[in-house]
Amino acid sequence: MVVETQIAQFDSIALDSGATLMPVEIAYEAYGRLNAENSNGILITHAFTGDAHAAGVSHDGGKPGWWDNMIGPGKAFDTDRYFVICSNVLGGCQGTTGPASVNPATGKPYAMSFPVITIRDMVRLQRMLVLSLGITRLLAVAGGSMGGMQALEWAVSYPEMLLSCIPVATTWRHSAQQIAFNEVGRQSIMADPDWNQGEYYDTKPPARGLAVARMVGHITYMSDESMREKFGRRLREKDKFGFDFGVDFEVESYLRYRGSQFVSRFDANSYLYITKAEDYFDLANGTGALADAFRTVQTRFLVISFTSDWLYPSYQSQEIVRVLRRLNGDVAYCDLPSNYGHDAFLVDVAEQTELVRGFLASTARTVRPA
Amino acid sequence: MSGTVIESPRVSLEERPDFSVITQIIEPATRVLDLGCGEGEVLAWLVEHKHVLARGVEISPSLVRKAIARGVSVYQGDIDEGLADYPDGAFDYVILSQTLQETRSPLEVVSEMLRVGRRAIISFPNFGHWNVRWSMLFTGQAPKTKLFPYDWYNSPNIHFLSIQDFENLCEQHGFPIEKRYFLAGSSRIRMLPNLMAQTAVFLLGPKR
Repeated sequence: MVVETQIAQFDSIALDSGATLMPVEIAYEAYGRLNAENSNGILITHAFTGDAHAAGVSHDGGKPGWWDNMIGPGKAFDTDRYFVICSNVLGGCQGTTGPASVNPATGKPYAMSFPVITIRDMVRLQRMLVLSLGITRLLAVAGGSMGGMQALEWAVSYPEMLLSCIPVATTWRHSAQQIAFNEVGRQSIMADPDWNQGEYYDTKPPARGLAVARMVGHITYMSDESMREKFGRRLREKDKFGFDFGVDFEVESYLRYRGSQFVSRFDANSYLYITKAEDYFDLANGTGALADAFRTVQTRFLVISFTSDWLYPSYQSQEIVRVLRRLNGDVAYCDLPSNYGHDAFLVDVAEQTELVRGFLASTARTVRPA
Repeated sequence: MSGTVIESPRVSLEERPDFSVITQIIEPATRVLDLGCGEGEVLAWLVEHKHVLARGVEISPSLVRKAIARGVSVYQGDIDEGLADYPDGAFDYVILSQTLQETRSPLEVVSEMLRVGRRAIISFPNFGHWNVRWSMLFTGQAPKTKLFPYDWYNSPNIHFLSIQDFENLCEQHGFPIEKRYFLAGSSRIRMLPNLMAQTAVFLLGPKR
């Protein structure tokens, strides 16, 4: 399945901050075919550094999509049955309007003049895209991590527009620990002199700061056990310590590699804006009363967490599930055993496939004409 | 539904004769919660044949996975704790099949079932069955029978009860018994149930 990212443009979008972006573009990919009733659409929402390229191989470079093991013919999100859409988030740097985009008013990149955005803003733009594709009600919105936050936001903001919601390895509000890790990442970028208050598009990007931010991120995506299995204390291409500050351990080499790889594909200012959107995310708007947010929701839910995920621990998913149960909502929940930490949602696909396939099929049965 | 023959779930029917009783008790288009629902066979059958609104609770992640794969909305959690989240009268029926003897606080579980459900359906293996009595009397050891196949040290059963014990519990705590079904294999037992029945199924009505 060779795929190409497309761009949709809209005149403007009003944001939670009060600002308005004019115009706004959104990059997206779509797989499968929309049926005659427009009732088989599924929106996939991506995690922090993901993009619209969720499945298939890109026409330029042949890169597989980030959830290609879950989306495609015969897979969990079966493109023989469903029309699957994935878009790059607002504030991102993979085709959707973000801080690296040119501000038409100045002819220069927005940089730090880009308005601060929220998860709700991202979802608002996705809704514009979905409606422009002729879909007024989605069969499902599904995503992991920050993608799960968007899926939950969809259920709360536009309950009439989705039949089911699949939040995976996520939370209904960012916790102190999650905010703390994001702040370390932001400080790392802003402490790099090359960041230059965000004005680096004509010069060189804050590569060192961004790489360190990514290294911290990767630690939080793994688990103690998965790191022990993957690296242990193995040395990198040497038999004994170097007695210097070059790379000694495999884990150091891995993190440096991941950090430097990331710099070539991700914009540092997008890192700042998107992590801020995550940190602002709180479905209860600071009241702590999640039940109020879900009060009118009629959506079916499949909530999935992973036992070794310490970045988005299972208790956060269980809080969502408990509130939905108290409201007598339709919610299925599974805490999948895994050693992979937060990364499990991208890696442990066999169990997720079983869950998602059955859940989607039973949801689809409810829309079939009797 | 009238005029059509409803077959009960084929899965596990031989090992679990109570399934056919339970599925017959439940009225069409009702709200059903199954505690310890396993792979969700009963719920899936009820959805398909009686169009019920089905929910399940199950503690084993592998069973939860299979139940969700069947399309049943099952929550992975503990029966003893899990019921607290449901509002009063959320269901028409709450099922507890062959699990009462495994719960930590059976009395609380039954009370909670009748809080969240208008009716409760409870089945359990009868510890008063003659085979159990015989085994205990003649071996002097914790009984190991077809109904109670476990060694005492690895049995999931922590609260053994007979039919008479359950009747007493309902009497003492005012749980109204609407119907009783006593089974040996898949046959109904009418005489001396506490001695002759292997499995009991009770339908408890709204608490007075």
